[in-house]
Amino acid sequence: MAGAGERAEPTGTGTSGDGRASGGDGVFGTDRSLGRKRLYGRLFVGLCFLSTLFGVVALALLLADVVYESWGWLDWTFLTHPPSYFESNYVDGRGAGIYPALVGSIFLIVLTAVFTIFLGVGAAIYLEEYASESRVTRFIEANIANLAAVPSVVYGLLGLALFVRAAGLGSVLLAGALTLTLLILPITIVAAQEAIRAVPDSQRRAAYGVGATKWEVTRDVVLPSAVPGIMTGVILSLARAIGETAPLIMIGAATSMFAPPRLSPEALFEPFGAMPMQIFEWASQPQSAFLNIAAAGSLVLLTVLLVMNATAIYIRNRYDTT
Amino acid sequence: MSLENTTTDVGSFASQTAVETAVDDAETIVEARDLDVYYGETQALDGISMGIPERKVTALIGPSGCGKSTFLRSINRMNDLIDGARVDGEVRLRGKNVYDDDVDPVALRRAVGMVFQEPNPFPKSIYDNVAYGLRVQGKDDDLDAQVEDALRRAALWEEVSDQLDSSGLDLSGGQQQRLCIARAIAPDPEVLLMDEPTSALDPVAAAQIEDLMADLAETFTVVIVTHNMQQAARISDKTAVFLTGGELVEFDDTGKIFGNPENQRVEDYITGKFG
Repeated sequence: MAGAGERAEPTGTGTSGDGRASGGDGVFGTDRSLGRKRLYGRLFVGLCFLSTLFGVVALALLLADVVYESWGWLDWTFLTHPPSYFESNYVDGRGAGIYPALVGSIFLIVLTAVFTIFLGVGAAIYLEEYASESRVTRFIEANIANLAAVPSVVYGLLGLALFVRAAGLGSVLLAGALTLTLLILPITIVAAQEAIRAVPDSQRRAAYGVGATKWEVTRDVVLPSAVPGIMTGVILSLARAIGETAPLIMIGAATSMFAPPRLSPEALFEPFGAMPMQIFEWASQPQSAFLNIAAAGSLVLLTVLLVMNATAIYIRNRYDTT
Repeated sequence: MSLENTTTDVGSFASQTAVETAVDDAETIVEARDLDVYYGETQALDGISMGIPERKVTALIGPSGCGKSTFLRSINRMNDLIDGARVDGEVRLRGKNVYDDDVDPVALRRAVGMVFQEPNPFPKSIYDNVAYGLRVQGKDDDLDAQVEDALRRAALWEEVSDQLDSSGLDLSGGQQQRLCIARAIAPDPEVLLMDEPTSALDPVAAAQIEDLMADLAETFTVVIVTHNMQQAARISDKTAVFLTGGELVEFDDTGKIFGNPENQRVEDYITGKFG
């Protein structure tokens, strides 16, 4: 189609010249190629619109399907009870659900957030504010960008070798959180670097001008201005981490936990479950009712994810103007 | 003929306002000796030697790229923050070379405050903006009084006294620049550097800042970079003319520079033959 357009172009231009010379139909002469160019323009916009629609429609269909499948299965009992291998327990009876996995995921994500904020923001501050522009810095930055593209299953292998085996932690909550931290660290660093880079230099100069040290400039001027951008990046990457299954399978997280992790430091060194693992476990059960139960679990996971994304958008809009 | 008239006009204008003060009585507080500054391979300043008198307004004028801002930044070592900047020669503040190894640039900047071209208040309250320098310098006894005093001296107190908690960014451009002046003078520096402080402002706001200059010079030594020659003539006691190549071509009493400059190139510049 584009080829045809290019071929037609010269003739169109030719007639437009004639049209202008003879006065033509319109005030500025006629140009038949103009109409064709507009048509191509409209076709192009149409294609772009369809591309936009594709993602939105796919997401809407997914949500509609999950809601339809889980209709009647997701209730308060589902959120507050441990899972069961008897489907009857999910409808009436003693009650069964996603509770330990939900709490496990929350523990996992809070721990991951703590590690990610310290390591990611620390690395970003160093690279942007302190490291001089050298070949080594550029090499590190290029590698961080590359690490962001490494598949999550590879991070799972790394977590297994490093935390579960070498550090001897075993398949515990801490090992899971550290593995997920490795996974999202590159994205967080890049997002935090961009937020720090967006702080205008005039702000730094203002602080230096009244006799602030580099540390004071970073603490009082750079970080406060960069925090909304940093938080947005951290939350979006945590939203990715909370849905990750492959690395958790690799490090040997529990598929079904029947009690939530305890609210004590010892929980760090105890086995843990997480929502994606539980959903995976339900979906692999033979009874057809478990498909609905898996859908109900997915809906809980999706809700947590959407809430996290909404928080990120809220933070960005709330603090962007200051 | 017409050019000569212009010269006389500017000169007489200057003599009405600034020249009456006896500049020669003042002590030299900042003295540059054979100062060269390079950005990478490019030489931005070429052998500058000049003495800046205490508690006077000294204007640095010249065409774009002549090095006047570079000279200003070399006084409080803000050039240190620019990658690839290198300094030869000396800048003495009260006799002490600020480029000596035992001088901490942070300590130097506490004695030499700075106001920039674009108003750059922090996204904090008006109060916190003015208090920032006092806090980082540990001069935070009786903060309220010091903040009020600085805002008064920057002629901003009347306008903002009832909204000290609102953001500095909510002020108009001219108010923001006076807030930045208040922030710079609050810790009581000896020298106040101003890098084209009115060039981003409308004429009314610029005139308010100009009116401040004479008052500020009673307490501080003011060094101001400006590309506005009328402004230099109106507000300064001494004027240094930099021309392309980072050369200081002439440095004298403002009335002399605008009335009867020694150097032909300076005369050409201030009469508008180039620049």
